[in-house]
Amino acid sequence: MKTLDRRLGLLSALPVTLLMVLAFLAPLVVVAIFSIMPPKVFSLANTPDFSAYAVFFKQGYYKSLLWSLGMALASTVILLVVCWPLAYAMAKIFKRFTLVLTIAIVMSLFVSENIRLFGWVLTLMKGGLIEGHFRALTGIGFDSPLYGVPIIVFGLVYVYLPFMLFPLAQGISMVPDDTRQAAYDLGATRWQVLWQIEIPLAAPGIVVGSLLSFVLAAGALAESKILGGQAVIAIADDIETAFTFGQNWPLGSALSMILIVIIGTLALFGVSKVDLDAIMGRKR
Amino acid sequence: MDSSPFLRLRGVVKSFGTFTALDRIDLDINEGEFFTIVGPSGSGKSTLIRLLVGMDDLTDGEIRLRDKRIDDTPANLRPTCMVFQSLALFPHMTVGQNIEFPLKLRKEAPDRRKARALELLDLLRLPQSYYDKRISQCSGGEKQRVALARALAFDPEILFFDEPLSALDYRLRKTLEKELKDLHARTGKTFVYITHSLEEAMVMSDRIAIMKEGRIEQISEADEIYGAPVSRFVAEFMGEVNLFGVTTGGDGTVTSDVLTVRPGATLAKAPAGARGLLMVRPEYVRFADDGDSYDFTLSGTLHGEYALGSRIQYEIETAAGMVTVEKLREDRRAVAEGEQLTVGFNARNTHFIDEAA
Repeated sequence: MKTLDRRLGLLSALPVTLLMVLAFLAPLVVVAIFSIMPPKVFSLANTPDFSAYAVFFKQGYYKSLLWSLGMALASTVILLVVCWPLAYAMAKIFKRFTLVLTIAIVMSLFVSENIRLFGWVLTLMKGGLIEGHFRALTGIGFDSPLYGVPIIVFGLVYVYLPFMLFPLAQGISMVPDDTRQAAYDLGATRWQVLWQIEIPLAAPGIVVGSLLSFVLAAGALAESKILGGQAVIAIADDIETAFTFGQNWPLGSALSMILIVIIGTLALFGVSKVDLDAIMGRKR
Repeated sequence: MDSSPFLRLRGVVKSFGTFTALDRIDLDINEGEFFTIVGPSGSGKSTLIRLLVGMDDLTDGEIRLRDKRIDDTPANLRPTCMVFQSLALFPHMTVGQNIEFPLKLRKEAPDRRKARALELLDLLRLPQSYYDKRISQCSGGEKQRVALARALAFDPEILFFDEPLSALDYRLRKTLEKELKDLHARTGKTFVYITHSLEEAMVMSDRIAIMKEGRIEQISEADEIYGAPVSRFVAEFMGEVNLFGVTTGGDGTVTSDVLTVRPGATLAKAPAGARGLLMVRPEYVRFADDGDSYDFTLSGTLHGEYALGSRIQYEIETAAGMVTVEKLREDRRAVAEGEQLTVGFNARNTHFIDEAA
């Protein structure tokens, strides 16, 4: 009986396995092989060399990578701090308003990211919605906050907020109310309750939310292009340029592989640390 | 001024909007006492304990501990501690870390913390090897003991219990009831216990308070509350009971529409000229064909016989409604359903409740 179950299980997993191999693994393998091809070739039938990886260090592409990772880290930390109170309220305080808020935030995802970012440009640019009105009313103008690193981080925070908020709310809802009350009753201050009870017990949500927003932000490119005016170049921007304008597939592939390895390692490490079943509502 | 008790509540009111959950509660609890508050769900007992622990604010009134007001002190600064119904153990910590939690908050040295935790494991009869166990590896009874150890580590002036045994199976509950009473004796702490179970209250408590609809109906020792309840509610809440409408005359004489009263039978403690309820517990009602004579008798037909383990219960349908008779199993009497029976009881085993039928 058990072996039959197992066989049926394998059989029913077959379609999705095939899909994953063809649509996910195969392109990845192609990219991996392209990354060790000599420069500017368009075929995999060449003698491998690792020149593309050398270019990564020689021509300063590592700077783009560091910017991307740094801004992703900054936006993830800001998102954690900003989302915690809101997620807390959604999980524990708001009742029906949580649903309204959820719908509102999910609705914003229906609009393309680029259009939303251009909306911010129109709002923030010199002579835009804010500065233009302010100057018309008071006669005093000020510089636009656009085209710098802080506004890129703001863009990342803005775009990836839902990916932090919902896992975090889920994590916080897993903290039993009475453990918090018990800790308080045993003499803990509000900070001690937060650090010693709530954060450890909400850890799965924190890890999932942080991973999602970090991974997405590290591969983001629209924010630095549209809001940042390429004040700094994101690694995803370099990858796109290499594949398109640069017509250098091996370089684009090598840059992709570096990003994939870094983020993949991080994701595997994070996921191995938390009990994903717990957050999915399954019992171990 | 009278000597002030350990914990004193005066005029404590708690309202939620227009609903009054607690209505002017006055209560004195003595130091070292095992005090139990009993009531059905919705009687306000849980609201009361939340106020005592500091998890809710009072609407009116005051709570004093050693004559010092504590009702405006937040829960984390009160020298009291509660064992939750759910136990509220911290699942991400080991047994040892749970027990040491209050000590760690007080910044005690790690070796002293551990020594105290091991001491408490001993006190609660848990092996010291449990120190490194995860909470999820503990059974229900062990978790119960860990929660107790954690609360005792806090070293509270008063230890509150919010129905901690209600989720356990019968046998474990019986064991832990006795252990808790024993623990109370060994630690000498003041225990305030909340339950809806009369049995739990009777086994453990020095004194019991019965709550009903946000008010305290009666505060007494267990025996007195069982034998001399002040109202029908208390009488019925504290177990099986037979109640008969009676009218008292002068000199303790008594008349009843439903009972045959032996001439000369008197109720010594009942007020004169009152209409009220005569209460008798089932274990004091006898079958009247045993040759003895009884102050009060009545007849009816046997409705059913129920075995309750060590005791047998008989229900007899009479003009006064269903009358319950209880006997020890060894005194079991052969009866047939529908049999005509006369039962009786004596005045000294009754209690007069001054409350109209």
